Amino acid sequence: MKKKKLAGVFLSLMLTAGLMAGCKGGAQNTGSSGDGGGDTIKIGANLELSGGVASYGQSIAEGLELAFEEINKEGINGKELELVKVDNKSEAAEATNGAIKLISQDQVSAIVGAATSTNTLAQVQVAQDNKVPLITPTGTNPTITNKDGKVNDFVFRTCFIDPFQGTVAAKFALDELKVKSAAVLIDTASDYSKGLASAFKKSFEENGGKIVAEEAYVAKDTDFRATLTRIKSANPQFIFLPGYYEEVGLIVKQARELGINVPIMGGDGWDSPTLVEIAGKEALNNTFITNHYSANDPDSKIQEFVKAFKAKYNKTPDGFAALGYDTAYFLADAIKRAGDADPEKIKEALAQTKDLALVSGVLTLDKKHDPVKSATILEYKNGEQQFKTKVNP
Amino acid sequence: MELIQQLVNGISLGSIYALIALGYTMVYGIVRLINFAHGDVFMIGAFVGFYAITGLHLGFFSALLLAMAVCSLLGVLIERIAYKPLRNATKIAALITAIGVSLLIEYGVIYIRGAQPEAYPGTILPDKKIELFGVTISSQSILILCTSIVLMILLQLIVHKTKIGKAMRAVSHDAEAARLMGINVDHTISATFAIGSALAGAAGVIFGIYYIKIEPLMGIIPGLKAFVAAVFGGIGIIPGAMVGGLALGVIEALVSGLGYSLWRDGVAFIVLILILIFRPSGLFGKNVREKV
Repeated sequence: MKKKKLAGVFLSLMLTAGLMAGCKGGAQNTGSSGDGGGDTIKIGANLELSGGVASYGQSIAEGLELAFEEINKEGINGKELELVKVDNKSEAAEATNGAIKLISQDQVSAIVGAATSTNTLAQVQVAQDNKVPLITPTGTNPTITNKDGKVNDFVFRTCFIDPFQGTVAAKFALDELKVKSAAVLIDTASDYSKGLASAFKKSFEENGGKIVAEEAYVAKDTDFRATLTRIKSANPQFIFLPGYYEEVGLIVKQARELGINVPIMGGDGWDSPTLVEIAGKEALNNTFITNHYSANDPDSKIQEFVKAFKAKYNKTPDGFAALGYDTAYFLADAIKRAGDADPEKIKEALAQTKDLALVSGVLTLDKKHDPVKSATILEYKNGEQQFKTKVNP
Repeated sequence: MELIQQLVNGISLGSIYALIALGYTMVYGIVRLINFAHGDVFMIGAFVGFYAITGLHLGFFSALLLAMAVCSLLGVLIERIAYKPLRNATKIAALITAIGVSLLIEYGVIYIRGAQPEAYPGTILPDKKIELFGVTISSQSILILCTSIVLMILLQLIVHKTKIGKAMRAVSHDAEAARLMGINVDHTISATFAIGSALAGAAGVIFGIYYIKIEPLMGIIPGLKAFVAAVFGGIGIIPGAMVGGLALGVIEALVSGLGYSLWRDGVAFIVLILILIFRPSGLFGKNVREKV
C-alpha cells in the first residue's frame, strides 16, 4: 500500500518535471550560445547523500569539494567551477528526478554521479536526451556507457568496469590464494553484483576453478543464515561476495558465526567504514576486496592526495573519495581543452582524454568510454584495509 | 545436520516474528484493529535500545527495559491520539489512520536523524560459538531465544493470572458487557497497547543485537511478516501468534535452505493466502459465525 502511494507521488513529480524539462530545453541552448554563462561553470552532482549507500555519495562529495577548491585556486580559462549537489536518496527514481532538476533548473554543464550503477543507469537516458555529459565516478556496470553495442556518447566514467573487477578477483583467488572451488553469493537486485559475479564465474571456470554453489539474496535482507548454511554444506574453499556493504557486513558476520572461515572476497562495494561496524573486526579477517586505490599505496601522487584530504576532513579518504576527486580533475582537464562550458564541447574533450595522471592511476579512455587503468587488491586485517597488490589490465 | 542447523536458524528468526506478532494479535483481539504502526514501534524500540547502549552506556537488560518502557508509552500515545477518537467510526477509517501513523513515525524518524543505518555495537552480549553435533549456535541466539520465551511466559501470566489480564479478556470477549460489569474499557485498551508495544520494543532491541544493522524503515517487512504470523496462528489468539511466528521463521529458513532463498518472502505471503482460503480463522481460531 505504501509502495503504491509513493509511486503515485513519484509519477506526478515525473510528469511535472518532464513538462518543465520540455519547456526549458530550448531556452538553455540560446543561453549558452549567447553570453557564455558568466564567471562560473556549474557542475551538477547527483549523489547518494542519504539512504542505503549514503557513505558512497558522501565520500564522493568530499572528494569533489576538495578537488574543486584546488582547481578554483587557479581557475579554468578564467572561470571558477561551482558545484550544485542533489541527493538521490540511494533510489533510482530519485536519481532520475535529480538529473532532470540539475539540467532543467540549474542548467549545469555536466553531471557527476551517481555512485552506484543502478542509480547511474537511471540517469543515462536523461543525459542522452538533453545532451549533457554524465560522468559516474564509481558506476562500474558495463551497460552504463554501452548499450546494445552502441556507445552512449554523453556518458563517461572514472572507474574500471565490472568484468575487470570480477576477472581480477578470479585470478587472485586462483593464483595467490590457491583455491580450487568457490561459492558465489549475489545480490539479485543489483546490476553491479550480477555483473561482477558473471565475470568472476567465467574467468574462474576458464582457468580451472570450480563453482560449487551459487546463491542469491535481495538488498535489504537481514537474515542470511539459511542461505549460508546451504553454502557451508557445499564446502567451498572461497566465497565470492560482490555486494554492497550493508548486506555484506551482515553476511560476513553471520558466515563467521556459522563457522565458515574460508576467504571471502568482494569488490569496491565493500569499501565503507560502516562495513567494519556491522561485521566486526574479527569477522573481517581473511577477506579481500578489489578496489580503485589504497590509501596505503606508497605512490607519491596518492600520498599527496591523502595528506590534503586528511588536512581538510581529518580522516583517511576511501576509494570513493579518491574517485570523486579524480572525476573533478578528469572533468576540469576536459573543460580546459574544450575552452568553453558548452556541454557538447565538453563531451568531445572528455572522449579524447589520454594519459591523464590521476590518484587512482593513469587514465586513458577506450572507444567505449571506459577507462583503462590498474586495480588494487586490499586485505582486511583487524578492521584495517592493508595494501596487498596491484593488478594491471 | 544441515536440517537441524536450518531449524536453529529458523527458530531464532521466528522468535522475533513471534514477539512482534503478539502485539498485533493482542490489539486486534481487543479493538478489532490491525495496527499497522506496530512495525514502526518495533523500529523505535531498536533505536531507543541503540541510543541507550551507545549514549547512556547501559547494558543489555537495562537497555531492553528502557526500550520497552518508551515503546509502551508510545503505544499508549498512539492509541489515545490516533485511534481512540475513531473508536466508533468505520473500520476502514481506523485502518487508514493506522497506515498514516506508520508513515508519520517512519518519516518523522528520517526527518530527525536521517535515513542512514546504524550499527549496534557487537560487544554488548558475549558472542561465543557453541558446537553441538555439528550444529553451530551462537551464545547470542540462545540468550535471545531465552529472552523471548521469558517475555512470552510473562505475557501469559499477565493475561491469565492478573486482574488487568482478566479485564482484557473480558473486553475482547464483549466490550459492552464488560463495561456494564464495571470494567474501565478505555484503561484496558490502553493497557493492551502498552503491553503489545513493549513487546515490540523488546523485539526491536533483540533484532538490533542479532542483526546489528538498524534503520528507520526496518519495521516494514518484519511488521508485515509478523502480521502474517498473527493471521497464521489465528488473529486475536495469543498462543496462535507465538506458534505462527515460530512456524513462519522455520518455513522461511527451510525455503532458503532448499536453495530458493529468493522465494522466501514470497512463500511467507503464499502461506498467508493459503491460510485465508482454507482456514480463515487461523490455526488456533474457532469458526465463529458472523452475527447479523
